[in-house]
Amino acid sequence: MAANPMYQFNVYRIGPEIKINNIDISFTNASLFMVISSLAILIIFNLGTKRSIIPNKIQLLAELSYSFISKMISDTAGSKAKPYFSFIFSLFMFVLFCNMFGMIPYSFTVTSHIIVTFVLAAFIFIGVTIIGFIKHGLGYLKLFVPSGVPMVLLPLIVVIEIISYLSRPISLSVRLFANMMAGHTMMKVFGGFVVSLGIVGGWLPLGFSVALTGLEILVAFLQAYVFAILTCIYLNDALNLHH
Amino acid sequence: MLKKIIFQFLALSLIFTYSAQSAESGGMPQLNPEFWISQIFWLVLTFGLLFIILSKFILPKISNNLETRKSQILENIETADKQREETEKKVKEFDKIINDTKVEAKNFFNSERQKVLDDINNKRLSLEKDIEKEIIKAEEEIDQLKKTSQEKITKIAIETSSDLVKQLIGEDINKSSLSAIVEDLSKKEMEKHNGI
Repeated sequence: MAANPMYQFNVYRIGPEIKINNIDISFTNASLFMVISSLAILIIFNLGTKRSIIPNKIQLLAELSYSFISKMISDTAGSKAKPYFSFIFSLFMFVLFCNMFGMIPYSFTVTSHIIVTFVLAAFIFIGVTIIGFIKHGLGYLKLFVPSGVPMVLLPLIVVIEIISYLSRPISLSVRLFANMMAGHTMMKVFGGFVVSLGIVGGWLPLGFSVALTGLEILVAFLQAYVFAILTCIYLNDALNLHH
Repeated sequence: MLKKIIFQFLALSLIFTYSAQSAESGGMPQLNPEFWISQIFWLVLTFGLLFIILSKFILPKISNNLETRKSQILENIETADKQREETEKKVKEFDKIINDTKVEAKNFFNSERQKVLDDINNKRLSLEKDIEKEIIKAEEEIDQLKKTSQEKITKIAIETSSDLVKQLIGEDINKSSLSAIVEDLSKKEMEKHNGI
């Protein structure tokens, strides 16, 4: 029943069951919203590539997002991170659009699933580690040995650094997933209160719901931004080793 | 009464909501691994395609647009600067031309005035000379006239007096004696005229 606040996170098959080598890769509602988000990004940014000197609104939007992310990358990871711009741009836009499409009632939030965010975070983690080892060789391991630490504390610090490094994908993925899930659950709970309290008492939770919608839109943007900027920071560690 | 009804309604609805929600606690669908592989597959597919299309086709266009706009703006600023410099130069030239012409006009005016003044002076001088000459000439003429008039008057006086005498007396008198008398008389008259 739809009254369960967790019901909105259910994944169900759309269309026939697709199996390759006994692995289920059916098209689900999650897949649908991934496709919708990607298509929306592509359409909007493709409309924003008109070659006019004075941009129209969509072009302005596209160019502003371009310079926004470009500035974010150069601010946090320096000029060496230029080659990774397209990846971070796609990442930010994908997360942002998935979050935003999740704000439409009765839609599905792709990023509220730990597996999706974890795959993204794990990919970033592995990619950043590989980049770090390619750029600095075994010298990348110096990341775990901060300079200026007394020898006595060093074993402890190194262990802490390694744990914190290894927990990066988990913290990155759980942050996004938990924010999305908590927000949507809360909105659903308040929506349930509105229905159950009816026309007499439903106004208060309705007001909360409206306020929460605004908050959730902010969180949707903020979490996409945080996801992208943390990627930039990890990239910065890999590119400019200065511990 | 109304309050009681409302409170009852509220309590009932809360109970119903609670029971409805607790009845189907299925945990988090996120932790159900049934569709994990499918989600990973579609995530990789859509995100991969999105990344490829964005990085190959769309982002280069946007960055190209931004670059061309930047360069266009710089170019425009450059040309604007150039044109401003040119206009400043032109304005200076224009000012110079105006100043030059002003000076020229002043010089021309001054020289022309000098010329006119000189001309006027010369003409006046020559005119004065002419006038002086004329005056001298006139004075000479007057002098001559004075002299000749006396003789003529004497002559006329002699003739008229001889005619008069002839008519009165009816005979000719010696002209020389007459003239002597007339001259003598006229001299006396002249002396009387001029002497006073």
